[in-house]
Amino acid sequence: MSEALLKVDDLSISYASEEGPVQALRHATLEARAGEAIGIVGESGCGKSTLASALITLLAGNARVTSGSVQFGGRDILSVSEEEKRKLRGRHIAMIFQDPMTSFNPVLTIGEQLVDFQDQREGLSKPEKRQQAALMLKRVGISDPVRCLDRHVHELSGGMRQRAAIAAALLMAPQVLVADEPTTALDVTMEAQIIHLLRELRRDYNGAVVIVTHHLGVVGELCDRVYVMYAGEVVEEGSTDDVYHNPRHPYTQALIACDPANLHEQTPVLPTIPGRLPDLVNPPRGCSFAARCPRVHERCRSEGPDYVEVGPRHRARCHEARS
Amino acid sequence: MLSYAIKRIGLALLIIFVVMLVMYAMVFLVPGDPASLALGPRATPELKHELMVRMGLDQPIYVQVWNFFRNALTGDLGYDVWSKRPVSEMIAEVFPNTLFLGAVAMSIALVAGIGLGCLAVVWQGRTVDRVLAVLSVSMISIPSFVVAIYLLLVFAVWLGWFPAIGAGEAGDWGSQIRAVVLPAAAIAITWVGYLARLVRASMLEVMSANHVRTARAFGLTQAKIVLRYALRVAIVPVVAIVAVGFGSILSSAVFVETVFSRPGIGTLITSAVQKRDFPVVMGCVLFMTAFYLTVVTLADLLMAKLDPRVRDTLRG
Amino acid sequence: MASGRRNVWRALAAEPLGVMGGAIVLTFVVMALFAPWLAPHDPFKIDVMHKFASPSLAHWAGTDQLGRDLLSRIIYGARTALGVAITATGIAGLAGILLGLVAGYGPRWLDSLLILCFDSMTSLPMIMFALAVITVLGPSTATLILVIILVSIPGYARFIRAQTLSLVRSDFILAEQAMNASTARIILLHLLPNVAGQLLVVLSMDVPVVIMLEAGLSYLSLGVKPPTPSWGNILYDGYVSLRQSPGMVIIAGIPLILATLGFTFLGEALRDALDPRLQMRTLT
Repeated sequence: MSEALLKVDDLSISYASEEGPVQALRHATLEARAGEAIGIVGESGCGKSTLASALITLLAGNARVTSGSVQFGGRDILSVSEEEKRKLRGRHIAMIFQDPMTSFNPVLTIGEQLVDFQDQREGLSKPEKRQQAALMLKRVGISDPVRCLDRHVHELSGGMRQRAAIAAALLMAPQVLVADEPTTALDVTMEAQIIHLLRELRRDYNGAVVIVTHHLGVVGELCDRVYVMYAGEVVEEGSTDDVYHNPRHPYTQALIACDPANLHEQTPVLPTIPGRLPDLVNPPRGCSFAARCPRVHERCRSEGPDYVEVGPRHRARCHEARS
Repeated sequence: MLSYAIKRIGLALLIIFVVMLVMYAMVFLVPGDPASLALGPRATPELKHELMVRMGLDQPIYVQVWNFFRNALTGDLGYDVWSKRPVSEMIAEVFPNTLFLGAVAMSIALVAGIGLGCLAVVWQGRTVDRVLAVLSVSMISIPSFVVAIYLLLVFAVWLGWFPAIGAGEAGDWGSQIRAVVLPAAAIAITWVGYLARLVRASMLEVMSANHVRTARAFGLTQAKIVLRYALRVAIVPVVAIVAVGFGSILSSAVFVETVFSRPGIGTLITSAVQKRDFPVVMGCVLFMTAFYLTVVTLADLLMAKLDPRVRDTLRG
Repeated sequence: MASGRRNVWRALAAEPLGVMGGAIVLTFVVMALFAPWLAPHDPFKIDVMHKFASPSLAHWAGTDQLGRDLLSRIIYGARTALGVAITATGIAGLAGILLGLVAGYGPRWLDSLLILCFDSMTSLPMIMFALAVITVLGPSTATLILVIILVSIPGYARFIRAQTLSLVRSDFILAEQAMNASTARIILLHLLPNVAGQLLVVLSMDVPVVIMLEAGLSYLSLGVKPPTPSWGNILYDGYVSLRQSPGMVIIAGIPLILATLGFTFLGEALRDALDPRLQMRTLT
């Protein structure tokens, strides 16, 4: 088994707010190995966006790391200098953004930006960088890359924009690729195309891929391992097969049951998980999911559960996990 | 781009037409008439009539309007009531001064304003930013002619560094530049604050935009991000404001030229109003409106060139 | 929404500039209202023997070229400035609201016509239009007020029109109309309260502009006619006597600067307090 390229170790991040610090991420631990694709799933507010921002070292101004670290290349990338962080971005850890329409500069052409993004690359002249960009655009399936280079982002179709965003991330062959909701801004057909593209690109890619999304299907198609998050914590982790076919945490079970893709018969009402997210300014003492869990006991409310091994490299954070 | 340009120009022409109609209409809605007002109570009927003829006011209104437009298109804006000089000649004589003043003032304001605005963003939150915030508000609010008078007092009367009167000698660049410094500074001071704040606000908005985050995520340096990803996008609304601001600069010029006894459209129109010289006033208003609309239209077209989104949304 | 309003007051009080602005505005309002009681001398009283006097106990701000007490003239000048500003802004505001409503609710052709009028007026530099009207009507305080009103109306009208249009298109108005609510009811209950806050901000930001316009035109001898004291007049007197008494010009400029600063600070603080987005500032 290869070494972990990227390791998130007991990371907790909170945001300053008027009511007090919001604990968006609580003691999250995960790792991504070379050649592996991991998925981070959860609903809005589960802390996955915060995690994605941490991986790319672009946390918001009011965010504070209250515990833990992100280990890459033998050091904690969250505690190095701004200049060091800047050098990592794009070159070693790159991100595929959620909404390419607003993520690209509206007044510059795609080509100008793709050349800009290669600033960290030494030894290449501008025309050479442009050529690299064209090559990468072709690689992601854009048929006329040179024309695309001279276009502005609003002149491209949604699918082309997303492909351009993927091309941008791959430009400098980073060791870690983070995809933040790569298909959320797309319609179903484009989504299928992009998933197909990502799967294809993975074959030649040697680094680690981290896909952050609320879409179970995407993770199912692309990832080897999955981390399920709820209220800032990782509640279950394991290989995609294991977690999807044998979920052990009640939240994961509910999530899978509610996924429209898993419905086998027509139903007038879509299933939902009753209740609301816990208050992250004052997180509950016991299990975060206790208020909504169908299998809750007294113990759950008072005592936060530990991780329970339920299979090879598969664990869940629940008192009831074994049964 | 062409159809957009045609539409904008057409609109501008329409507006000029409406403005002139309104001006003419005003004359007839008013008790009394320009001739009597100009001559005062001593006016005899013959004198009044002669003046009316000279002003062209004895004709039916539609004839007057028609004549006015026809003449205006050929460059004839009427004649000064008292000196009988063609208005267009009087304007041509003094307008370059005003234009020079406006251009210098705008340049100072732009350079200082954009520079300060960017600095405030880079050092956001620190003392410089806060001081600038207060200073900028103060600077917009102070009337330019008060600033002009104070500058006149300090730098021309007390210190004698700059001339207190006039626009310098024709052909002598040195004297002209020395004469434009104080008036331009007076106008620019009120604008620097506004521009700096506009640039700062626009930049801050842009800096928190997604595409700036992307640029950061690819490790671009702060300098490059500020210049190419923030300023380049943020500058677009500034261009719009600057164009409209030209109107404000012209307004300020009216007062500032008077303070410095500087020949220009401002002093021309002010003395004309004081003497109730209607043709001169009308001619100046028409000219300045046309000029101002030209500037605004050009700025619009420039904006369309800078920001490709503008022209594409208007293509449809 | 009581808590919302309390938050506004809190936010206002938190801005030091706003508080300062409020204090300045209050001072001038008091000056304007109680001028006859506050002014130490009669602002019209001529005393040529003591012209251009430096500030002294008898005349705190000195005297002008006709020996009139400057402080008294300045205090009465506040009355002129605020009187003109409030009258003009008030009337323009009302007319603007009316026109804006008509443009928003009325037939399309009327709207297009009005918009053309507004665009025409704003495409002219304000001062040019003002000068043209003054040429025709002759300089006087009444003309001044009329000019200011005419120049201010398009701004308000456009704003109200935009609000009206967006309201007309909004769904809950359709619901109200479905329930046969009268137009007046819609306007009074829904439009005006929503708009009141922003309108207040627009109005208060306009006051300094109007004060400057009045002072400027009076300075050009085209506004308030002497001997009625106006800050612009006093400034003109000072300008003309610059060599003999430079102090006069300095003193005359101060109330103008303070008043415009005060109103602007207050207006800005008001705008910030009412803007929900800016309230998030404290988070980052």
